[in-house]
Amino acid sequence: MLRYPRKPMHPKKNNSTRRIYTVSEITQDIKLILENTFGGVWVEGEISNFRVAGSGHFYFSLKDQTAILAAAMFSRANKDIKFKIEDGLKVICFGKIDVYPPRGQYQLIVERIEPKGIGAQQLAFEQLKNRLFKEGLFDPAHKKVLALMPFRLGIVTSSAGAAIRDILQILKKGAPCIDVVIRSVRVQGESAAGEIAWAVEDFNAFKRVDVIIISRGGGSVEDLWSFNEEAVARAIYNSKIPTISAVGHQINITLSDLVADVFVETPSAAAKIIVDKKNALLAELDGYRYRLTSYVSEIIHGLGNNLVALKHMLKSPQDRLLEKQQLCDEINERLTHDMQHYLNIIKEKTASLIERLGALSPLAVLSRGYSLSMLLPEGTIIKDAARLRLGDKIKTVLGKGSFIGSVEEVIKDKGKGGSLE
Amino acid sequence: MKEKQSFEDDIKRLQKIVEELSAGKLTLGESLKKYEEGIRLAQSCSAALNEAQRKVELLMKKDGKFSLEKFDDTSLKEEA
Repeated sequence: MLRYPRKPMHPKKNNSTRRIYTVSEITQDIKLILENTFGGVWVEGEISNFRVAGSGHFYFSLKDQTAILAAAMFSRANKDIKFKIEDGLKVICFGKIDVYPPRGQYQLIVERIEPKGIGAQQLAFEQLKNRLFKEGLFDPAHKKVLALMPFRLGIVTSSAGAAIRDILQILKKGAPCIDVVIRSVRVQGESAAGEIAWAVEDFNAFKRVDVIIISRGGGSVEDLWSFNEEAVARAIYNSKIPTISAVGHQINITLSDLVADVFVETPSAAAKIIVDKKNALLAELDGYRYRLTSYVSEIIHGLGNNLVALKHMLKSPQDRLLEKQQLCDEINERLTHDMQHYLNIIKEKTASLIERLGALSPLAVLSRGYSLSMLLPEGTIIKDAARLRLGDKIKTVLGKGSFIGSVEEVIKDKGKGGSLE
Repeated sequence: MKEKQSFEDDIKRLQKIVEELSAGKLTLGESLKKYEEGIRLAQSCSAALNEAQRKVELLMKKDGKFSLEKFDDTSLKEEA
């Protein structure tokens, strides 16, 4: 196919040795040579200086460490590119070299472009993921909390697939209290993503489900690709009803997994969440019942104890009487003891007084020779002779013994006191 | 079938009753009343969870209107 010009097309013969081209002539020759030689080539390089013109055409450079190649990709060719072209991206391009005479430049007209080292689809996925991440679609703060017990499950999946079978089996066995509403969709192929997104929206319009499970069984990366589409991610993000994404097997993480409020690895695991919730709640309820019963029996037990204590404090009148009697006895005893003590003291005092009195007794005077006379029968002591009459009987007490006599004569003495002479 | 909302309300009410009783500040009469209510709530919630009358339906949409159709899941039994 390659045609090299064997000789200049428009040689101007100036002399036999010099061949002189006009600029247009040489450019035209270069154009022919380059375009014929590089009419369909693969070029590997790094994108730089990428820009999109208003026409939709892409203009950029391909470069490596030592060289740079201008490139253009027209809108007709670039409209189906899934991934985003950006500076620094290493790519492999297919196209042809084109020379643009007005500027004296050559460039690669790119027909196809693919990322180097990574599949175009994978790159598209990474780029979309990055974009949605920056937009906040995976933000944990946006994630909704599942209902305490979602009694009505909405499931977006194929009604003929393995996923619905797994989910229904587990629910039937573990949580038959759950009602299930299925929105059947295609889960792979061109239209799948749109159907999945609509189904999520439909459930939001329908409203009467507590959680939406978006699910399909395992498969190849391509099989699961619908769950990586932007429409699905956005529908899940916009859902007012909490969502569980359960797509494929362990290894695949899809965008729907990242956006959904809860993400599990398999359809079965999604159903198990519901069963676990139910069992945990039943256990919790048992716990409440136990606590309620033990609190009330505690209260009753406590009141019983109080009653015993109060009974103890409440004394019968008989008991009170006995108590008072005892108190009286105690006081009485103490009083007797005190009185005895007091009496003893008085006794002692009296004895000493008597002793002292003895010393002062008139009888003691009598013993020294004085006598004492009393008028009988009254026994009054005679102090004045004038009170006596003849014949009065008198008793005279001596220091030792006494005698009775009668008055023979009365001698009245004018002086104070009697004379002893 | 118990509605999600009334179920959640019942659980919340039950939790409150358990708390009130555990605080131990109620009279015997009040305690017994709360106890009765709590046990009743716990039983009705457990009953809702133990119910076994599930429905499986297909959500259909025609001219923007939703309808529910019975989903035949008898074929699922084969692998059970």
